[in-house]
Amino acid sequence: MAAGIGGRTVSSAFAPIRLWLLLPSWVVIGFFLLIPVLLILVYSFLTKEFRGGVIWDFTLAAYDQFLFDRGLFGDDPPTIQWTYITIFVRSILQAAVATVLCLLIGFPTAWYIATRAARMRSIWLFLVTVPYWVNLLIRTVSMKFLIRENGPLNEFLLALGIIDSPLEIINTDIAVQLGLFYSYLPFMVLPIYAAVERYNFALSEAGADLYAGRWTIMREIVLPVVKPGIIAGCILVFVPSLGAFLAPDLLGGAKNFMIGSLIEEQFKGQAGNWPFGAASSMILLSMVLVVLFFYARGQAREQV
Amino acid sequence: MKHLKLGAAAIALMAMAGAASAEKLSVYHWFEYIPQELLDKFTAETGIEVVMDTYDSNETLLANLKAGKLGSYDVAVPGDYMVSIMKNEGMLDTIAEGELKNKGNIEDQWLNVAFDDGRMHSIPYQWGSTSFMVNRDVYGGDIRTTDIIFNPPEELKGKINVLDTAGETLVFASIHMGIPQCSTDRDQLKALDELVQGAKADWASFNSDGAKDVLVSGDAAAGMIWNGFGQKARLEGANVEYSYPKQGYIVWMDNVVLLKDAPNRDAAIKFMDFLLEPENAAAVTNFARYTAGVKGVGALLDEELQTSPEQNPPADAPAGTFVEVCDEATQKVYDQIWTRLKQ
Repeated sequence: MAAGIGGRTVSSAFAPIRLWLLLPSWVVIGFFLLIPVLLILVYSFLTKEFRGGVIWDFTLAAYDQFLFDRGLFGDDPPTIQWTYITIFVRSILQAAVATVLCLLIGFPTAWYIATRAARMRSIWLFLVTVPYWVNLLIRTVSMKFLIRENGPLNEFLLALGIIDSPLEIINTDIAVQLGLFYSYLPFMVLPIYAAVERYNFALSEAGADLYAGRWTIMREIVLPVVKPGIIAGCILVFVPSLGAFLAPDLLGGAKNFMIGSLIEEQFKGQAGNWPFGAASSMILLSMVLVVLFFYARGQAREQV
Repeated sequence: MKHLKLGAAAIALMAMAGAASAEKLSVYHWFEYIPQELLDKFTAETGIEVVMDTYDSNETLLANLKAGKLGSYDVAVPGDYMVSIMKNEGMLDTIAEGELKNKGNIEDQWLNVAFDDGRMHSIPYQWGSTSFMVNRDVYGGDIRTTDIIFNPPEELKGKINVLDTAGETLVFASIHMGIPQCSTDRDQLKALDELVQGAKADWASFNSDGAKDVLVSGDAAAGMIWNGFGQKARLEGANVEYSYPKQGYIVWMDNVVLLKDAPNRDAAIKFMDFLLEPENAAAVTNFARYTAGVKGVGALLDEELQTSPEQNPPADAPAGTFVEVCDEATQKVYDQIWTRLKQ
């Protein structure tokens, strides 16, 4: 960050062996990321075998299935396939709403924690991570118990007389949304906290001395400085929400596919269409890469 | 890597075969589907040691046998339609006439079945039905109709769970409409598509492994379920009743099959004979809570099973329908209907 105190950040002490230091990372990335992704890419161009598996004949059938609707029987003239676009749009909207909700709750939280005394900060951070010691599956099932029609939430609201009939949240998109934003909230809090913690509050004071209002200080000074933290948080929430399948399955009643559940069905379900699952994964991956590419380019420009 | 593993396994097998002259039997079975005491009893009676691996779905069984496990197991327990598939894939050995001493114990209705006419490759293990249950606190009317799921009364709208498997749910819809399975008639398929699309508005969720839980918790007031699983829902305290609809319902049967290239073929035949003894078949049923396809079992069952409404259809119930195996082109249309349903 430009506001740093200075000092060398690049050390030449390990220069001769720098490549070797990176080797383990490259092996891990290559073995667990690049090779699997390449396999998925290859599989997306193969032919589906009837009961799961693939035949080694190269074809564009999986991508064709994604893009073109040839009717129930596959012989109508091709039109645009809305089925999967709908699923992708639903997933993107859900992930976007989850990101905004996380930001609205996460930013003030992170701000609050970062402005406490140093000793209290670690306690607050510790408290933020406590719920995440419990497995995601168990947290999602617990959420289901909480919001079900005759669950504690409804019973509480009914007892207070706030509502007359139970809220029907379970098995709706709202339930899915609750699960998503709750699951990924700390991914928003932590990077923003890290950015705010490094913010030099003397800058705010200087702004105030120069007659800037609170809103101006926030917009002109604070936000530009903590922006990388906000963007990192948004990416960390948006990307996993996009591929979530536990929340739509358990909280949404598996009624409407999200991208994650669509892909899962291709590999685990009876349809067993591996190439189509692989093609859907590649399309999802490409979308994420495009978003990250524009982000990286924007970052690079700012540095210049 | 795989070759290495296979090689190691082969060497281990040879070593074992050489070291111990005791007979062995290698079983590939569903999880939690046979009581250990029964396997011990088999060993005590025959001196044959039983080794068992387990799987959790018919598709897993097929995939693993396809991936090179064929030849390492003697018997497996596929469901009805999977028997057809495995037979067509050439994975089953033929049981010669007279080889099974207890073949006469098979109930007549299960002797000539579509998936294995004349029982050339298999014997019955357990069978059951797939239909639905209704919470009687919520709805008191007639439930012996598939309208409950596909054209529900006002009280049940939005409170219905269906199984999250294309096979069973779409076959059940076909039974409701009175159209054949694996139909190639376009009007019928379009009507099926419209039926499930329309009915979805009244469904709360798609859930298979949770089919019992949603009924017990009250999340669903009606839900598709397998009869043995449904009985457990009732025993756990839900006021639910299992329906044998007038239009029909799905039946399924798991079967012990003799696998091709069985390393211990004689032991496999002895095991099949053993399972056809009424006493042993009853022991399986008392454990799994479905129904044996073996004569003379009735009196040996737990009292609960002899009278329970889930296992004992009313006298006027129609015969159940097995899930059929469609050809690839036809299956593709059904897969398409399912994806459109869940989009």
